[in-house]
Amino acid sequence: MSWLDRIRPTGLATKNKEGGTVPEGLWEKCQRCSAPLYRPELERNLDVCPKCDYHLRIGARRRIDIFLDKDNREELDADIEPVDRLKFKDVKKYKDRLTAAQKSTGEKDALVSMRGELKSAPVVVAAFEFAFHGGSMGQAVGEKFARAAKLCLEENIPLVCFSATGGARMQEALISLMQMAKTSAILERMSQQGTPYISVMTDPVYGGVSASLAMLGDINIAEPGARAGFAGPNIIEQTIRQKLPEGFQRSEFLLEHGSIDMIVSRLELRDTIASLLSKLTGRTQPGETQPVVPQAESALDTNPASGEDISETNITQ
Amino acid sequence: MNLDYLDFEQPIAELEAKIEELQLVGNDNGLNIAEEVQKLGEKSRKLTQTIYSKLSSWQIVQVARHPLRPHAKDYIDRVFTDFEELHGDRHFGDDKAIIGGVARLDGKPVVVIGEEKGRSVADKVERNFGMPKPEGYRKALRLMEMAERFKMPVLTLIDTPGAYPGIDSEERGISESIARNLAVMSRLKTPIIATVIGEGSSGGAIAIGVSDWLNMLQYATYFVISPEGCANIIWKTAEKAPLAAEAMGVTSTVLQELGIADETIPEPLGGCHRDFEAMALTLSERLIEQLERLQSEPLDMLLEKRYERLMSCGNS
Repeated sequence: MSWLDRIRPTGLATKNKEGGTVPEGLWEKCQRCSAPLYRPELERNLDVCPKCDYHLRIGARRRIDIFLDKDNREELDADIEPVDRLKFKDVKKYKDRLTAAQKSTGEKDALVSMRGELKSAPVVVAAFEFAFHGGSMGQAVGEKFARAAKLCLEENIPLVCFSATGGARMQEALISLMQMAKTSAILERMSQQGTPYISVMTDPVYGGVSASLAMLGDINIAEPGARAGFAGPNIIEQTIRQKLPEGFQRSEFLLEHGSIDMIVSRLELRDTIASLLSKLTGRTQPGETQPVVPQAESALDTNPASGEDISETNITQ
Repeated sequence: MNLDYLDFEQPIAELEAKIEELQLVGNDNGLNIAEEVQKLGEKSRKLTQTIYSKLSSWQIVQVARHPLRPHAKDYIDRVFTDFEELHGDRHFGDDKAIIGGVARLDGKPVVVIGEEKGRSVADKVERNFGMPKPEGYRKALRLMEMAERFKMPVLTLIDTPGAYPGIDSEERGISESIARNLAVMSRLKTPIIATVIGEGSSGGAIAIGVSDWLNMLQYATYFVISPEGCANIIWKTAEKAPLAAEAMGVTSTVLQELGIADETIPEPLGGCHRDFEAMALTLSERLIEQLERLQSEPLDMLLEKRYERLMSCGNS
């Protein structure tokens, strides 16, 4: 029993999904190292465990919020809604599943896109909302991605996509499969035109999204420990009837096998991507006008040391 | 139970067995049973017609996977002439789940690429049951790029239970290999016709499926996830696959309604496994006609149309 468990009033404890108990509100427990995490502290550290560097999953809006400069943001195509062309019904109606997902996430579908600036340079960013139907790609997600890419093509602005998805959406059947071809086709136009596209894989990226837009970056990046692959580990285990090796399909595996260019900590994504894009677009790197997270980033800027050091800096603040 | 017939076809199998028996008896005893045989034959045809006129989605999935159904190689041998198989992705190996090469269709040079499930047990194992690995898709890409250079149209034959879900597949970047094909095929400067001849399963199918014209044989199926896989996720049991097949709309009828498939090519009565030659002839006629039409269009217009088609897919 940790010191926290001993001092915590029992009334504050709630069961979370994994069955562990975390105090309601301000404290939670790191899913990997079980360290107690103080919510405001964690937020300053961009939801990365200061003890073990575990990257917690974050939603699409927060993802975009911590990536873009604060000013000059404009959400794109917020009106695009999913359509149930097949009138798909299993134990529940797809329509009802959509309504429930919309209610619980506040999003119309699983992709949020925004134009804005990254260290004062224009950029378009798309982020998958994993909490919406497992971040799955159906027509609305494909269309929204394609429109974001179209804007990039027209104005020659780099595109950055953060994927977090289980793959193509079953309930839209072959229409979902076709979104793979659609997103790949417009990315190919960007590639031919020389408009940069950076794909950032965040835990998890599978199936039809992995086999289309996520793997087609001019530069492919993954967050530490993110899982990405074509087939899910269960499917592979069932097929080959053997246990999968430790670390299979994690970012480190992807890097080793040449699928991605680099693994970048969430705390360094802004800096790294800004630096990469400034080179790809032939700019001199502009100075950061408005740091989004001064504490965490300044800690990194002055002291490029390990995660523990950052956490200590944060805790003493 | 006759294994050459699916369970819902067993009444046909019984009739056919009777006919065979009668013929044997007739031959042995010199009896004239022609009339009787003809009657039974007619009955069998009618029964087949009745059964095949109201197949459920799940039954069509079974026909599409019928063990006797013609495979890519069967069509390559019959539809094309002068086929020369070309091997290897130039990086890692030669994936036998995909057959590719140059051939002639109606005398004109084409590149043919097909997913091949294999026929005999040994053949099936060698071809990994038609589940391509990255090197298979990269071989296909190499051949398509060659087709572009030499102004040959590309004809693909889709028939796969899916891209291979294995450790080596992931290690060599199966996702990237599929994604790359989708990207390049969308702008390949030569006409592409894709035909789903059996089972078109998910990413493994579309990886050679981006096209100017998409054919489906009448009893072919095309899905984003196998009905068993879908049922496993939703109902937690593969036994509900018939429900999943119905819900996803995996048949040519539904896909043509959705504007995804362009044409359904009719199969001989009782499915194309009952008559390879007739099926190959129909397919060849359709491909020749389609290709002529696509080749008569200016290439830049063809490419713009292909792109627009991809962009508008699913937008109502």
